Amino acid sequence: MRAVLFLISGLLLCGQSVAECLTRGTGDLGIVIERAAGSLQVLDTTAHATLFRVEGLGDLSHASAVYSRDGRYAFVFGRDGGLTKVDILCGKIINRVVQGGNSIGGAISQNGQLIAVSNYDPGGVKIFSANDLSLVADIPATQVTDRDGNLRGSKTVGLVDTTGQRFVVSLYDSGEAWVIDMHNPASPQIQRYTGIGSLPYDALITPDGRYYISGLFGQDGLALLDLWHPENPPRLILENYGHGEQKLPVYKMPHLEGWAIAGDRAFLPAVGRHEVLIVRRQDWMESGRIKVHGQPVFVMARPDGRQVWVNFAFPDNDTIQVIDTETLTIVKTLQTGKGTLHMEFTPRGEEVWISVRDLDEVQVYDTATLSLIHRLPVDKPSGIFFTSRAHQTGL
Amino acid sequence: MIEINVGSNIKLVNFNPLSLFIPGGILKHSSPLAILFAAAAAISGAAQAQIAPDRQAEILYLLKHDCGSCHGMRLEGGLGPALTAERLNAWESDLLAMTILYGRPGTPMPPWRPFLTDSEARWLAARLKEGIRP
Repeated sequence: MRAVLFLISGLLLCGQSVAECLTRGTGDLGIVIERAAGSLQVLDTTAHATLFRVEGLGDLSHASAVYSRDGRYAFVFGRDGGLTKVDILCGKIINRVVQGGNSIGGAISQNGQLIAVSNYDPGGVKIFSANDLSLVADIPATQVTDRDGNLRGSKTVGLVDTTGQRFVVSLYDSGEAWVIDMHNPASPQIQRYTGIGSLPYDALITPDGRYYISGLFGQDGLALLDLWHPENPPRLILENYGHGEQKLPVYKMPHLEGWAIAGDRAFLPAVGRHEVLIVRRQDWMESGRIKVHGQPVFVMARPDGRQVWVNFAFPDNDTIQVIDTETLTIVKTLQTGKGTLHMEFTPRGEEVWISVRDLDEVQVYDTATLSLIHRLPVDKPSGIFFTSRAHQTGL
Repeated sequence: MIEINVGSNIKLVNFNPLSLFIPGGILKHSSPLAILFAAAAAISGAAQAQIAPDRQAEILYLLKHDCGSCHGMRLEGGLGPALTAERLNAWESDLLAMTILYGRPGTPMPPWRPFLTDSEARWLAARLKEGIRP
């Protein structure tokens, strides 16, 4: 009798868990981080609805995510060093490891097999199997002496994937860029470029995976590495930008990931200035600046490149501005609300979803009319990540 | 909600009196630390004002979300160092208040003087020394 009951309850549980999982594609899904609660919501961008709320992801005060190539699993990188694999069709955590003391972001390899995580404490990069999150490689960073006089590994930032099963990362304290070749996972090959510039704080890679660009906090300019020619050291670009000018205090570091390329121009956030920089892609020379509302944090192009949307650092983080990339003028200033932290375009760019922390909501805008079309309640939202990232190098 | 007292068009750097001294001038041979101590002594002399409960909540919200973007929302460190009581043990409270108000030149730590009064910075420094977790 007990065995029968066990069997019945087992079947019920089994049926329940199957019922909880969705049978559908994931191409129009995504996640939004709830930074204070350590949770996330799974979003349906077609229905403008929340499908699941997933809890227990630790400290997500600074979080990012990448997707498996089948678009089913999100790998979430938390500040507390947590790496969490979430099944977005079932709305549940299927694996979680606390892999470091303090991490800042990560990347998934070209073939989808490896997850790399960059760490502040201890500094370095750890690489895991995407399948079961088992450790594949542990790459410590260059040792530096911190301000308290302790020897520690440099913080690692701006970790991205690129072609050839490679990852690229910048070392904040030691001013380096490393290319980590994981073609043979048992034997990582590391190319180290030293002296790229002072205090690289974040980096980006062009969508073709060719150029890796590190933003520098400690000096003017950015460091450019051409991955088609790894024999050449990184060179400084835009080094005269802002020369002799007093920077403003920076209340939030800009982010370079998701930077904007529109046609033959790239748009970058200026550090410590109320400006967006325009750069010619042919020769990486500055071709102009656009005065904006505050210090830019994210400068992101609509997928077709016709618009660039910009949000701003504290205390100006209640506003979004939209730049027309043809006329290079601001065509709209939106009052979204305090704590406007992040935005993400739908895959073909007809909508942009914007996190507004202090209103506890995600706002959805129509990018053709530049008007608000929907609000979704989300607890202290920050990063928004749609599954279209699964098929983009560097995201 | 945080009330911002400063318009976005104001150059916040003008609020940092230390920046007036550091590039040169009469104090250029004084160490920045000596300047900080002198300024800290000046702040210590100010009367301890009461911080209204609503304002305390605003400051702690600022600590969690805006300080937290570099120091971690749990203050356990990020791009900026941890702000736990253990790490701050070696620092005088007034010197911490000075660091909050005027930043640390040469590092990403900005001056928060446009958003906090002297007594608010001292109140916040004292809470950090006690080990507050916002």
